[in-house]
Amino acid sequence: MSRDRPPAGGSGAGLPAEAIRIEGLHKSFGTNEVLKGIDLSVAAHEVICLIGASGSGKSTLLRCINLLEPIAAGRISLLGHEVTGEGIDENLVRRYVGIVFQSYNLFPHMNVLRNVTLAPVKALGMPKAEAQAQARELLSRFGLLDKESEYPDRLSGGQQQRVAIVRALAMRPQIMLLDEVTSALDPELVAEVLDVIRELAAGGMTMLIATHEMGFARDIAGRVCFLEDGQIVEDAPPAQLFTSPRDERTQRFLRRIVDAGRL
Amino acid sequence: MDEKPPDPPVNPLTGLPGQETRSLGGIWQAPGSFAASGRGPRLFGGGGRRATAVSVVSTVVVLAILVVIFLRAPGSSQVRHTFFDPRDMWQSFIGNPKKGYYSVGEAIWLNIRMFLAAEVLILILALVLALIRQSSSPVLFPLRVLSLVYVDFFRGVPLLLVIYAIGFGLPALRLPLVSSQPYAVYGVVALVLSYSAYVSEVYRAGLNSVHRSQVAAARSLGLSQATTLRYVILPQAVRNIIPPLLNDFISLQKDTALVGVLGAIEANQAAQIYASTVFNYSSFTVAAILFLILTIPLARFTDRLIDRDRRRRLAGATQ
Repeated sequence: MSRDRPPAGGSGAGLPAEAIRIEGLHKSFGTNEVLKGIDLSVAAHEVICLIGASGSGKSTLLRCINLLEPIAAGRISLLGHEVTGEGIDENLVRRYVGIVFQSYNLFPHMNVLRNVTLAPVKALGMPKAEAQAQARELLSRFGLLDKESEYPDRLSGGQQQRVAIVRALAMRPQIMLLDEVTSALDPELVAEVLDVIRELAAGGMTMLIATHEMGFARDIAGRVCFLEDGQIVEDAPPAQLFTSPRDERTQRFLRRIVDAGRL
Repeated sequence: MDEKPPDPPVNPLTGLPGQETRSLGGIWQAPGSFAASGRGPRLFGGGGRRATAVSVVSTVVVLAILVVIFLRAPGSSQVRHTFFDPRDMWQSFIGNPKKGYYSVGEAIWLNIRMFLAAEVLILILALVLALIRQSSSPVLFPLRVLSLVYVDFFRGVPLLLVIYAIGFGLPALRLPLVSSQPYAVYGVVALVLSYSAYVSEVYRAGLNSVHRSQVAAARSLGLSQATTLRYVILPQAVRNIIPPLLNDFISLQKDTALVGVLGAIEANQAAQIYASTVFNYSSFTVAAILFLILTIPLARFTDRLIDRDRRRRLAGATQ
């Protein structure tokens, strides 16, 4: 079992060809088996969308990759280093993997700037001035600079979610995991968040995105994985998966989506 | 639960059950509903001139009735002499060592000092207890059991008995340093032991009130458990428990009077000495007034915090 750690060189070091490798991943909550043997490989700079009904295991998969959930069996390697096993410093691993949640989870008692600078200062030991400068740069890139001294409850859902993305980016991660980041938003606010994700993809960020936005997935993803019942049923480029899905379960799922008018 | 009045008035603007802008005569206001002022249910009405007039008149009438009952009671003049004699009140307030009694006004400072010392120590000890009980590490299991036993024990034993046990027990041990402290110190120790058990439960409620997703968000950013606790969980937890915390401190202020049983000259004890020297209880009235002067501002301050918190939450919810 490898005890290697991810390289500490920062983003300049260049990515290994394979950013994420998952083998035989099993996860249970009590007697409920949520992930039943997931195998997945994500290349550097690749964008992969996970689709599937609620409860199919998309969120759990992302949380396992970020080590927020202990796994029952299997291996996860990030940037060429296995991160499941004894003696792994999960705080170190998480610096390389950002995750954004459906419910934003901003810190309500801190303004936007402190939300964004807390982790770089406290986890990376970045000087406060540098962290603030970096935060302002990110905020202005995503049109949030005028909100830096607002508290989260004064922001719209779309703004909060964009701040949450900026907060994750402030750690300069090499992989981003997005967990249904638009599901809690009012329809008119979805676009502004999707635009941010498109920009990240254009910048070459490796991303694993759980989403219900089928049009967006078709647009942005290099590959789309359809999950059902804790397994990856089908893994194909979007053009193929959305137009001529091979598996009967994928066909059934997409038919329901089309019937609901969401594709 | 208490029975609810039928059909609370519905606010035409919000559609929520609550006080209509004009329903001034209503004596019942839905908890959590907001009058036109945007504030919670207020002590002093807040509903225009007629409401103010009504409350003034009813207050005067009630007070007048109570005063009349008091004055016309058969033993009224004795009671007034024993408890409310202005001369005795003044004498006990300033004290007179030559005649063998202490100043209640001076003795209250001991209560204040004991309160302040105990408060700081309670806040620290209770937090430690709460954190131990909330911990999940198997290594800390024995400590978890200990803190559970501690909390159960000191919440269950009357404070007065703890004060006796500490105040008479520790000196009797005849240990160096430990056994030769002033009574006020033993009193503070007893107050801290007893109150930290209560306050640790308040802390625990506060820690539980912070949603687990906040922990996930903080940890996912690479923050350690300790950093997460310090910068993300505790600030939110403490904010949520300030009102119950202040509530406990109001009663702590009063309970410093119990330390008098050890012989420490705090306000209650000074009043007791005056009463048994001069055979007049007006000194207790003085002590009561002094305690009220201490506790009422804290009580009003707590109310204001609760009020502010509720308004802030309402503002947050409408965003």
